Amino acid sequence: MTTLGWLSMAATLGLVLLLAKPLGEWMARIYDGRPGVLGPVLGPVERFCYRASGIDPTSEMGWRSYMIAALAVNAVGLVAVYAFQRLQGVLPLNPAALGGVEPFSALNTAVAFASNTNWQGYGGETTMSYLTQMMALTVQNFLSAATGMAVLVALARGFARRESSAIGNFYADFVRSTLYILIPLALVLALALVSQGVVQTFAPAVTATVVDAGVDADGAPVTEQTIAVGPVASQIAIKQLGTNGGGYYNANSAHPLENPTPLSNLLELLAILLLPAALCITFGRLVGDVRQGWALLVAMTVLFIPLAAGMYAVEAAGNPRIAALGVDASAGYDAPGGNMEGKELRFGVPASAYWAAATTAASNGSVNAMHDSFTPLGGMIALFLMQLGEVVFGGVGSGLYGMLMFAVVTVFIAGLMVGRTPEYLGKKIEAYEMQMASLAVLFPCAIVLIGTAAAVMLPAALASRANPGAHGFSEILYAFTSMGNNNGSAFAGISANTPFYNLAGAAAMFASRFWVLVPVLALAGALAGKKAIPTGPGTLPTDRPLFIGFLVAVVIIVGALTFVPALALGPVAEHLSLWSMR
Amino acid sequence: MPALARNDSMKEPTMRTSLWTATRLVVVLTILTGVVYPIAVTALAQTLFAAQAKGSLVRGADGTVVGSRIVGQAFDDPKYFWGRPSATGGGPYNAAASGGSNLGPTNPALIEAIQGRIEALQATDPGNAAPIPVDLVTASGSGLDPHIGPAAADWQVGRVARERGVDEATVRALVGRYTEARTLGLFGERRVNVLLLNLALDDKAAVAQAAADALVTPAATLGGLPERWNATDVP
Repeated sequence: MTTLGWLSMAATLGLVLLLAKPLGEWMARIYDGRPGVLGPVLGPVERFCYRASGIDPTSEMGWRSYMIAALAVNAVGLVAVYAFQRLQGVLPLNPAALGGVEPFSALNTAVAFASNTNWQGYGGETTMSYLTQMMALTVQNFLSAATGMAVLVALARGFARRESSAIGNFYADFVRSTLYILIPLALVLALALVSQGVVQTFAPAVTATVVDAGVDADGAPVTEQTIAVGPVASQIAIKQLGTNGGGYYNANSAHPLENPTPLSNLLELLAILLLPAALCITFGRLVGDVRQGWALLVAMTVLFIPLAAGMYAVEAAGNPRIAALGVDASAGYDAPGGNMEGKELRFGVPASAYWAAATTAASNGSVNAMHDSFTPLGGMIALFLMQLGEVVFGGVGSGLYGMLMFAVVTVFIAGLMVGRTPEYLGKKIEAYEMQMASLAVLFPCAIVLIGTAAAVMLPAALASRANPGAHGFSEILYAFTSMGNNNGSAFAGISANTPFYNLAGAAAMFASRFWVLVPVLALAGALAGKKAIPTGPGTLPTDRPLFIGFLVAVVIIVGALTFVPALALGPVAEHLSLWSMR
Repeated sequence: MPALARNDSMKEPTMRTSLWTATRLVVVLTILTGVVYPIAVTALAQTLFAAQAKGSLVRGADGTVVGSRIVGQAFDDPKYFWGRPSATGGGPYNAAASGGSNLGPTNPALIEAIQGRIEALQATDPGNAAPIPVDLVTASGSGLDPHIGPAAADWQVGRVARERGVDEATVRALVGRYTEARTLGLFGERRVNVLLLNLALDDKAAVAQAAADALVTPAATLGGLPERWNATDVP
């Protein structure tokens, strides 16, 4: 561990928190229908979207209509992604002449991108045509993120409105999220990334004559290097901003053409946490009390900092079995040190560890280093951040609505302690709200544990492990943790492109995303119909350190109670064996 | 979904009408975000940052592409600096199929692979007893890492100088030229671009220039290792 490493991590997080406020305020104005300077430019495009689709953006929806609209848009998107993959062989913009993707893999990928998971059972540059990358995958990166944002805004209206049967218009929230927030940010970020070296071209792969001819895996001479290129920057920008994480290349953001410099890495890292953090402020504004938004953001940050710091500490400590070979793994001014297997030199350990924490805290799932080769405890921190339910920043929109479910549970527990009816943001929390919040909190946990248990009992699923021993179990646990919480990162050694993982994974991702969306919107509808109750002397203030601490504790306790036994079988067991030198 | 579509106070659209609306909206947004947006980014990128957008390609004297300055290449000739080990499919540094080894930290295959790399490096320079920096024996995440750390380059300076019959100071001066600093002195690692360094080694004019530089500047400030002022040993 170096001072510079700690400083670089602190600066990266500081920048996110610094940008959260202005961006959050700006988004709140957009959802209020005041797009500001972007209005004159994009207003006509917005109105065109409504006209072409026959939408009246001013008509209010109840929660059921809102849910149906959200599910319909995602269902159509899912079918489109599937169709593009199956048909890419006969569609244009396919210079590498890639064939159609096989059905199970195509289904898994379609669900993965529609559910904002972006689990990738395939290698991007060897599987997807330019057209599929653009018109299927990039599009879903926008639309799945916009869905999460819309649902969050609907939930905010549920808290803000009184005795109302409506929670807004899904299509309007969805189109505004895409047009005024995601597209402008993605455009700016994409160009900044190209300036650093991320490719953006429709030309076919480049063939280079290598300097030092060698041999390939079969012993055949190699004199050329084929460099896969494509419309990369446009996809990478939205993949990070929308907490999608689906890379253009197999190596994701470890690939130098996806993430070429420490500056591109910093920009992508900012983008991972930026919208989930800023949406806390947006939420505070929309419910009329920005301090409530800050409280949620502080709770997320309090959960994040020790886990990110722990990740750096364990990765910097390195692998004792490699050190035992006489290798110099000490970090210094001119040497990265630490556990460098699977990591890129330009990022070193701090930026790789911070990324691993950020991408699993947010349900982003892109990687700039291979998590499968992390130390056991590093892998465990990544697993645990996902197992907390993707609420530490979490997905765009979905992270905050997940955290709000925990807030509801927290005020309920606090209410039980003092024997008062719990309330949150001026709304009474009653049995129905608790049921909905519990469903949303517990459902992903069940998916993860049931999926993992099923996989370890099936020989075909066990055969997918790439590493022996406890680490092999961790690979399976990681796969279902990632898909069951819509993260998308992987212990990538696992051969996930098999019928079992493609189908079970698709089911897990689909259920986790869309099943949770239903109780959240039901809760929004129920809250909107309630009267506001005035704050009294017995009200638990939910913008104070006491509540923040309580919320953090509830999140950790639910996650730990559910997953510590599984973690003990995988990463903890591996850690103990790693450091007991034999 | 008839149960969901029952009418209460508000007009509830059915799943069927919603699907039709959704289809039209997805088509419009697919054109916006899947066609207009990537084409706009491409047009702007090719105008503002043409070299980067095409892959930061490096051309030889005869104009042929010899690589990308940000994509590593395999080197196994002792007269060149070697880069990070690569675990890409089908052989090292395959830029059409990126990826890491995904070997877990307790996997015996990882330790064996590293042992093999140590032996291969030591075989090229039997007199070099210095411990090998970890980045030189561990595979990168992409398998295409264009860089090694300055310490990893320094470990190889003696061998490359001897193989080429050039002064170590000259080689150090070249390493110094292809060493990139941390961004703002803070982000990322100090790193040496292996492909560019090796191209310069093959370039007589660049070597002559480096030899001249080495005469006027102490080697320590060019490629040598400054004191590790920021290292804190981990217990």
